[in-house]
Amino acid sequence: MATEAHEAAAAATHAVGMPQLDISTWANQIFWLLVALVVIYFVLSRVALPRIGAVLAERSGTITNDLAAAEELKQKAVAAEKAYNDALAKARAEAAKIVAQAKAEIQADLDIATAKADAEIAAKAAQSEARIGEIRAGALESVTEVAKDTALELVSVLGGQVDAETVSAAVAARLKG
Amino acid sequence: MTDVAETGFAIHPMDQFVVSRWFCHDDAGTVINECTADIQWYEITNVTVWIGLTVLAIIALMVFGSRGRAIIPSRVQSVVELIYGFIYKMVEDVTGHDGVKYFPYVMTLFLFILFANLLGLLPMSFTSTSHVAVTVTLALLVFLGVTILGLIRNGIGFLGMFWVSSAPLALRPVLAIIEVISYFVRPVSHSIRLAGNLMAGHAVMKVFAGFASMAVISPVAIGAVTAIYGLELLVAVVQAYVFTILTCVYLKDAVGGAHH
Repeated sequence: MATEAHEAAAAATHAVGMPQLDISTWANQIFWLLVALVVIYFVLSRVALPRIGAVLAERSGTITNDLAAAEELKQKAVAAEKAYNDALAKARAEAAKIVAQAKAEIQADLDIATAKADAEIAAKAAQSEARIGEIRAGALESVTEVAKDTALELVSVLGGQVDAETVSAAVAARLKG
Repeated sequence: MTDVAETGFAIHPMDQFVVSRWFCHDDAGTVINECTADIQWYEITNVTVWIGLTVLAIIALMVFGSRGRAIIPSRVQSVVELIYGFIYKMVEDVTGHDGVKYFPYVMTLFLFILFANLLGLLPMSFTSTSHVAVTVTLALLVFLGVTILGLIRNGIGFLGMFWVSSAPLALRPVLAIIEVISYFVRPVSHSIRLAGNLMAGHAVMKVFAGFASMAVISPVAIGAVTAIYGLELLVAVVQAYVFTILTCVYLKDAVGGAHH
């Protein structure tokens, strides 16, 4: 028994030598250690470790699922993009077709309108020409009239005595050259 | 005692290791008479209190820390998971797949030693793992556990691990003797390493703390205490790790069969 050391320790709470080697306290230490180990073991193996293991497994499961879901969504996105591009290309082709059709229609309309306008213009030109001829003829007649009147007036001013019919015959003869 | 009068220093580095009754002093601090008898195994001592606090700290961390069971862990829960993953991986890597079923026991040892070491670093505390009685018990539990487990699992073939079949035949008996000796020395080195490290570190810390009572050298002494405290923090964790990984290595002999 290490009663010396123990008594000294108990009396003044100052250690003599190594308290670790005081065999009288070993039973106490070992007993409480074993109690503690049993308690820790049961708490860990019954409560803590299964719980933590479950959480970790659940997390890795969640991560795997999420990755799979992400992969799936990515493929969906790729498919959607492809569909979008296809639709876009189709729409472009459609639009080009519509534009070409519209152009052709407009061209046809334009051609018809041009032909119609040409015809109208030709008609108008012919009409105008006829009218110009008429006016020209009218003008010649007026010139004859005016010349006759003027000649008659001139003759009478100069003192000649002529009748209208003589003057007009003379003017007509003169105009014919 | 007489140290103060003689040297002016009040250095009692071993006082921190004294095992004493928890309910033994009256209010004035004087020792009650009936407490001078030997401490019985069932009595509440400072060992009981600090081992109890160790258990409570472990429960607080491992049970209440994991209470949330969150997929995205809180800070405490991630610490718990870190410890779990660390020890689990160690057991799996060292002992192989068969050793995983002893993981709770390895975890128990690791957490107990780690928390006893860390709590022992609190000022005025008691370090249960600095006591040979405690570490020898821990080491013997591992030693006996591994030996019995090995004999149950591998039968007499467990003894084959002492017979080094890869060595030349003439050397095998000699090697067998060395192997047997080294096998039986295991619990000794396993336990003394832990107790010795902690006891030495704590005693040195106390010595330097004692020097701090002298004004001239107190700055140096306090600096030294601070530095050694940091070192002791490292030692506390490293020794828990060393004890645990050695447990795994020994366990491998039992569960992994005789691979020598």
